[in-house]
Amino acid sequence: MKTKIIIAVVFLSFVTGSIIAKDIANLREGAELSEQSKTQVIPKPIVDDKKVTRNYPMQPPIIPHNIRDYQVDLNVNTCLTCHSRQQVGVTQATMVSVTHYMDREGNFLANISPRRYFCTQCHVTQSDTKPPVPNTFIDMNKLIAIKSKKAE
Amino acid sequence: MKAFLITFWQVLRKPSVHFSLGFLTLGGFIAGIIFWGGFNTALELTNTEEFCISCHEMEDNVYEELKSTIHYTNRSGVRASCPDCHVPHEWTDKIARKMQASKEVWGKAFGTINTREKFLEKRLELAQHEWARLKANDSLECRNCHNFDYMDFTLQGKRAVQFHSTSLASGENTCIDCHKGIAHQLPDMKDVEGWDLN
Repeated sequence: MKTKIIIAVVFLSFVTGSIIAKDIANLREGAELSEQSKTQVIPKPIVDDKKVTRNYPMQPPIIPHNIRDYQVDLNVNTCLTCHSRQQVGVTQATMVSVTHYMDREGNFLANISPRRYFCTQCHVTQSDTKPPVPNTFIDMNKLIAIKSKKAE
Repeated sequence: MKAFLITFWQVLRKPSVHFSLGFLTLGGFIAGIIFWGGFNTALELTNTEEFCISCHEMEDNVYEELKSTIHYTNRSGVRASCPDCHVPHEWTDKIARKMQASKEVWGKAFGTINTREKFLEKRLELAQHEWARLKANDSLECRNCHNFDYMDFTLQGKRAVQFHSTSLASGENTCIDCHKGIAHQLPDMKDVEGWDLN
C-alpha cells in the first residue's frame, strides 16, 4: 500500500511539474531546446553624464558613462584615475565617498579601503531597456506619504 | 689579414678588364633594384600582424588582450593592427624602430618572455618603453588616424572636451599621457606617476 502511494505521488508530481514548467517565464521565451530562440538586442549603456536620483540614501550612485574595457584588478584601478581624491581637482569627477576610505571598524585610511576597491560590485551603468522582471519598488518618502494619508 | 686587405683594395682600385662599362652600370642598376626591392619586401613582411603573432609571445598575450578592445572590434569595423600603433609609418623612423626591434629577436632567441609569468614580470618595463616612445614622438602613431585638426569637440563627451580643448590643444600633454592601457592590459601601476592612486 505504502509503495503504491509513493508511486502515485511521484507520478503526480511529474505531471504537475511539467504543467507548471510550461508556464514559468524563462530567458528562452518558451523556445524548444532544439531550436534557437530569437536573439535579443544587447542594450547600450546610458552615457549622458547626468546624475540620477537615488532611490534610497545609501544607494550606490550609478555610472553615467561608458566603462568598456575599464581595468580594475590587482595592477590598477582605472576608475580611480579620475575619481580618486588626488585626481578630482583635475578631472572634476565625483570623488569616491568618504566611506570608501574607512576600514570596517570605521577608522579612516590614507587610501581606498581594499573592501571598497572593486567599483562595479556596487556601481553599475544603466541601460534604456525594458526590465525582464517588473519592479514594484516604492520610494520611502512616498510610502510615508501614503501611510500618513491613510492615518488622516 | 693586412696583406689580404691590401690585395682587396688593389683589386677594387683597378679598372675592369673583362666586363664592359655598360654591363657594369646596367648590372649594378638591376642588382640595386633587386636588392632594394627585396629589402623593402622583407621589411614590409615583418610589418604585418601575421608576422607579429607568428610568435606565441605576441599571440597569447598582447594580441589576445587586444581582441576585446575597441581598436580591434567596433561598430564600423575599422581596426588597428600591431604595426599601425607600434611601427612608425615614415621610412626613416621605421628603419630606426626596426633596428631597435633587433633586441626583440634577441629576446625571442633567448626566451626572455616565453612564458606568461615571465611576460607579466617584464610587462611594466616593456610598457614603459612604449609610453616613452609615444611621449617622445608626440603620440605619432595615434595621430596617424586620430587627427586633432578634425576633432569635433561638439560631438565629444563633456569630459573629453575638457581635456582635449586644454592640455592636448596646448601640447602640454599628448595622447599617451591619459590613454594608457587602451589596447592592452596595464601592468602594475603603483610606481607610475599619476596612476599610483590605490
